[in-house]
Amino acid sequence: MGTGTKDHAQLSDVFNEDEARVNWHDETLWFVRAKRDKAAHNIPEWEMLREIASQIKDNVLSDLHSYLLEFEANAQENGITVHWAADGEEHNRIVRQILKENGVDRIVKSKSMLTEECHLNEYLQQHDIEVIDTDLGERIVQLAEEPPSHIVLPCIHKKKEEIGELFHEHLGTPEGMSDPVFLTAAARVHLREKFITRRAAITGVNFAVAETGEFVVCTNEGNADMGAHLADVHIACMGIEKLVPQRKHLSVFLRLLARSATGQPITTYSSHFKKPRPRQTMHIVLVDNGRTKQLGRPDFRNSLKCIRCGACMNTCPVYRRSGGHSYHTAIAGPIGSILAPNLDMKQYADLPFASTLCGSCTNVCPVKINIHEQLYKWRQVIVKEGHADPAKSIAMKAMEFTLSSPSVYKIAGKTGRMVMKYAPFMVNNKLNLWYNQREMPEPPKQSFGEWYKQQDFSKEKTN
Amino acid sequence: MTSRAQILARVKENQPELKPLPPAELILSENWGKTPDTVQQQPASANAGQTLHNLEQFRSVLTTIGGALIEVPSYGEILEYLKEHYQAEQRIISTLPELSSIAEPGWENNDPHSLENVDLAIISAHFGVAENAALWITEDLMQQRVAPFICQQLAVVVSKNEILATMHDAYARIGEAEYGFGAFIAGPSKTADIEQSLVLGAHGPKGMTVFLIG
Repeated sequence: MGTGTKDHAQLSDVFNEDEARVNWHDETLWFVRAKRDKAAHNIPEWEMLREIASQIKDNVLSDLHSYLLEFEANAQENGITVHWAADGEEHNRIVRQILKENGVDRIVKSKSMLTEECHLNEYLQQHDIEVIDTDLGERIVQLAEEPPSHIVLPCIHKKKEEIGELFHEHLGTPEGMSDPVFLTAAARVHLREKFITRRAAITGVNFAVAETGEFVVCTNEGNADMGAHLADVHIACMGIEKLVPQRKHLSVFLRLLARSATGQPITTYSSHFKKPRPRQTMHIVLVDNGRTKQLGRPDFRNSLKCIRCGACMNTCPVYRRSGGHSYHTAIAGPIGSILAPNLDMKQYADLPFASTLCGSCTNVCPVKINIHEQLYKWRQVIVKEGHADPAKSIAMKAMEFTLSSPSVYKIAGKTGRMVMKYAPFMVNNKLNLWYNQREMPEPPKQSFGEWYKQQDFSKEKTN
Repeated sequence: MTSRAQILARVKENQPELKPLPPAELILSENWGKTPDTVQQQPASANAGQTLHNLEQFRSVLTTIGGALIEVPSYGEILEYLKEHYQAEQRIISTLPELSSIAEPGWENNDPHSLENVDLAIISAHFGVAENAALWITEDLMQQRVAPFICQQLAVVVSKNEILATMHDAYARIGEAEYGFGAFIAGPSKTADIEQSLVLGAHGPKGMTVFLIG
């Protein structure tokens, strides 16, 4: 991602340099969150839907072995070739091999966070295969040579003027033109030519049905369908956790997905791919890439229930004000912060700390993942394993020492109040990040304990 | 050890103790929010009321998501409408024999790329869903999978007696039906990727008209 060794806090600083943009980003995502609320409140049985979705996914994870075998057998029966990839590298190799066998060196790809996770685009480009992302937002960040900053709204960090400049440079639109209708129309023409001329298409998978061997891809733009139905070769890439047991279970998830994501009652297209067209070949790549490891972590396994709606990001006060790129991983925000440490605890040690633990993510999650509790648990694991920022570890140890002894706690409180009163510069300085962009609070004159001792409660007792 | 064997072995080793699926009657219930024992058979008059309610909700949601609804008693009115709104030089394809007089013949077996310049595709749907204005259309009704996506404008004919309340009803209706490809289509293709400004006509149809027939 080209973010070097910077952590979430440092990358957030970069994003926060432009305060007006941060406010705009914050408000735009909150607007999406508000639309989600409106859509959810329109369904009286919303909470029951969440509960049922959660139970279905719990069942899937507890019987994943059988469901994977059932899905594989049914997909093969349907004429789909099924591949298994232990990690991202193997996934990329499989995709390249399929393209090679078909003599294809230019492809279209619709949105797939899995291929972002596996860095498929970079890999294929290194092997002289051109990849065109066809989701408008993804195409924009691709032209800007950036990763998506949000799993549903890939270029939510970009202003229309910047997009206008990109299109002027790459698609030849008039300079200074930034009208979204005009730019979308230009992208339509640009991408239609790609759909017509590319012989292979990659799509992601939203849900795969064990019972029938079919898979469902949801888009608003229709780009997955345009790619897949025109291509000779369709490759669908999916994590092994995307399964649902039966076709009828799709009803629950399709009711939840778009409402949670953008507040729409359903995405424009919910396409059920069951068999290839005549003369078309269809492949599914089932990818592990750390998922079986996460399945073995009791505290974190239910992060695998995620259906990638992005609701936890839209509601997160930290995500909204730090931007998706500050998470330096394919899936940003609260859910990304519990998925990433599973892949590399050291590299992503900062992410579980990029949260206020307010719990809003957990409240909006359509499959009831206890996201904020898992963030809290990751912090403990990361500190125990010695991956935490040294300053954070020392602070935590000092906190533990202070809170575990009443006398130390009292002295510390008194000292704190003295310092705040007589020497505020001791804490309010550049070395203390907490006071960065904050004002000092007025120190209380005494502690609650001291105040309590002075009170005369005898009157109240007689009442 | 192949990756397949390795993944399956690790899944088996790491998956938790079996947790049951929620009761099936909850998922397919037409009475969401009620418990199974309070679900009662509705009298015929209530069904008529429900049908009307479904129609109204379908119309309202379809309009909100950028589609247009036209009620017609028969195919004759659809023909009249299309003659009024489309010129002879525009390319119109249809899967419906009732509309063959205004549509191009023989497109079904051509290369799908040849549909690149289709102005209007008119197809039919099995049913619509009131809660989200989605229409369920399978491959046999599309003739070519790409047809409803590649056209500039899409029109879908659906019987007004086939508007179901929710997605649970939808999948109950689909049941174990066999298809190679099927899609719920709800309104025209759209995007809001540029500053959350909604634009109709991303890659697929710029407009969607639903003819509610009967």
